[in-house]
Amino acid sequence: MLNKTSPVYKFGFQILAIVGALIFTTVVMLLAKAPPLEAYRLIVIGSVGSVGKISDVIVAWIPLLLATSGLLLTFAAGLWNIGIEGQITLGAIFTTLALRLLQDSALSPALIIIIGFLSGILGGMIWASLTGLLKIYGGVNEIFGGLGLNFVATALTIWLIFGPWKRPGVGSMSGTVPFDNLLWLPQVEGLRMSWWSLGIGLIGIVVVFLILQGTYFGLRLKAVGKNGRAAFIIGIPTGKYMMSAFFICGAFAGLAGATQVLAVYHRLIPSISSGYGFLGLMVAMLINYQALWAAPVALFFAALNIGSIQLPIVLKLDSTLSGVLQGALVLFVLMMDGVRRRLTAKKVN
Amino acid sequence: MNVELVHIHKSFGAVHANNDISLSIKSGVIQGILGENGAGKSTLMKVLSGFIQADTGQILLDGKAVRIHTPSDAIKHGIGMLHQDPLDFPPMKIVDNMLIGHEGGLFPNRRQVSNSLTELQSQFGFNLDPEAYVDSLTVGERQQLEILRLLWLGARVLILDEPTTGISASQKEKLFETLKKLAEQGMVIIFVSHKLEDVEGLCHKIAVFRQGCLVGETVPPYNTDSLVELMFGKVVSLDEKTQLEGSEPVVEITNLSIDDNRIQIRGVNLTINCGEVIGLAGMEGSGQRQFLRTLAGLIRSVGGELRLSGKRMTGKPYHSFQTAGISYVPASRLEEGLIPGLSVTEHFILSEDQSGFFIDREKAVTICRDRIKTFNIKGEPVTRVEALSGGNQQRALLAMLRTPLRLLLLEHPTRGLDIESSIWIWSQLKDRCKQKTCIVFISADLEEVLHYSDRILVFYNGKVSQPLDAAATTVDQLGQLIGGKGF
Repeated sequence: MLNKTSPVYKFGFQILAIVGALIFTTVVMLLAKAPPLEAYRLIVIGSVGSVGKISDVIVAWIPLLLATSGLLLTFAAGLWNIGIEGQITLGAIFTTLALRLLQDSALSPALIIIIGFLSGILGGMIWASLTGLLKIYGGVNEIFGGLGLNFVATALTIWLIFGPWKRPGVGSMSGTVPFDNLLWLPQVEGLRMSWWSLGIGLIGIVVVFLILQGTYFGLRLKAVGKNGRAAFIIGIPTGKYMMSAFFICGAFAGLAGATQVLAVYHRLIPSISSGYGFLGLMVAMLINYQALWAAPVALFFAALNIGSIQLPIVLKLDSTLSGVLQGALVLFVLMMDGVRRRLTAKKVN
Repeated sequence: MNVELVHIHKSFGAVHANNDISLSIKSGVIQGILGENGAGKSTLMKVLSGFIQADTGQILLDGKAVRIHTPSDAIKHGIGMLHQDPLDFPPMKIVDNMLIGHEGGLFPNRRQVSNSLTELQSQFGFNLDPEAYVDSLTVGERQQLEILRLLWLGARVLILDEPTTGISASQKEKLFETLKKLAEQGMVIIFVSHKLEDVEGLCHKIAVFRQGCLVGETVPPYNTDSLVELMFGKVVSLDEKTQLEGSEPVVEITNLSIDDNRIQIRGVNLTINCGEVIGLAGMEGSGQRQFLRTLAGLIRSVGGELRLSGKRMTGKPYHSFQTAGISYVPASRLEEGLIPGLSVTEHFILSEDQSGFFIDREKAVTICRDRIKTFNIKGEPVTRVEALSGGNQQRALLAMLRTPLRLLLLEHPTRGLDIESSIWIWSQLKDRCKQKTCIVFISADLEEVLHYSDRILVFYNGKVSQPLDAAATTVDQLGQLIGGKGF
């Protein structure tokens, strides 16, 4: 008889969860009268069918990985940083602001790009700190605070695009005027991805992994998240640590926003965060907050996103099908984990 | 209605909270349930009122076996429980509070409820405005509301858990009057308390609980001394007491006043000398916990002064208390002391001063192995604290304490531990005293308090006794003070 606490047993349940999510998505497609196998095939081809597709997946992977990295820290501190969408948006706004102010100056483009990144980080941190201050000193749950600030961030973007930063003539949903090529983060010849942003994303997750695994800061953060009361009595200033988690997560979110502006869109567009913040929350939950798994799972989610882009054209299916699969995956994994726990708990009794 | 509990057993993990309890209560009787904290009173009442289910045993109402799985089952059978902290909805109106838990159509008839409330009130001379909001009521009035609500729902058995805590003397008088009237009408009243005076003055019959067992039942006239003995058991002798000579005052408490929830403590004066052990006795919720937490810097006093080695600590943040050499070990180990999900090693790392940015895991594990050995903790460095047994969790908490300490504050340091572990833990604590640490601890175990303390403070309803010399105090004297006699 299989030991119920063994990793194999746990892994088996995760496989079951994936199968469950696939079945669920297939049923959804059947209900929508779409051919499931064809849809899955298109997703695979759409994500890894060519070098260009793979590069697109990587372009989507980077902001998702950055968002997930930041969220791992807030989750470690026991915080639900729903406001990460707004933090990404503010990062993008601050980067755009810096670029707009400096684009006609005599500074070298490289320096302007670096200032753009730093400015984005600052924007994300400011927005995250608002949620943190509301939570720690105002008693406003970070989920509500974050949600509210997300709406404010979206409104701010729209106002900027149609107001002060509108294109000559009339504002448009296609965003602000694109920046000069010199202010683009250098891309790989013929592809949309950039080695620079890929480097930033990978360094980001490694840094977070190290913080959580090997530092006093990371351990204390986990202590605050797992039992804030005991952490306080042991002598950890819990408010300070929660605030730090918000700051760092905001920095990562801001970095993601900056990357969207500097490496992807080269301008501010209305939905600049592209939902990577929310997707990052799902990735973090799916990997059970283990930094080690962030990169591969985020890559998989990015591939699903890119792979489903073709669905509307070929199958007249909405591309949100990837969202159905992603959501189903998270729900099934969490559910199977609950089922496993119940079964193990019974065994103990 | 006659209530019979037959061979009730209930265990929580290793703790046998109700061990073969059989109790029968006739209609019209006010039954007192007396016992110290953790004696099993509340567990039995929760079984009867459907909050928890017994492992084995039967509940008979009027001779018929009934199954009670939820509180709403209980009230259907006519059993209503009045909890120590009123289970009502403060932001709602009284009339709406009555309606909650009442079965009936989609659209409740508020006027009808309000009328029947007024009618019920007139029977007992209560005076509650049905349109008032619950958070505008006093604790006593909320209790009245809860009694009315249960009666209105058809309760024939009323369980009251520590109902006299936090209400005024006149409200208490009214409550007793009401209960007597209800008993005359043939209801069963079960009155759970640790206050000897209240139980003696009200109950037709008293059942005494100790360590999960029903140890005795008595009827009037009551003998306070024998009740105390039943509650706390006979004195067992422990190892020899070591008297430490030291007269240097370390902690000076002058006129300390504390306000916290329902407890008010006024004007405590105490000087604790180097290496001295002060025991705090009293029923849970009498203020000793608030006092200890004030010494720890977790609660701010509202008046008076606290000095440590001459340095004024009043009003300083918790962090300053810690750096001054004060340490606090809470009773709820897994809620306030330890962090479930983290390993033993990680706890030791957290309790140490930070050296550098990165943790030297290897060194940490070495230190951890060392302490596991010294403190005789049954576990590995990677064991998560929640997987340790209670005794080993307590040992881990002690192993996390810094050295040297000026003042060590402990809540129930040996609660739930076996004798061997308790003795070992106290030997460690006594070693601390030899290193000039003062100890203040709370315990519900009177023998522990008497044996290990140099002096004792007894708390009763926020009142604090003069420091008693432990050597010249007996269990009986202590028991009477704890029950509120002699203040």
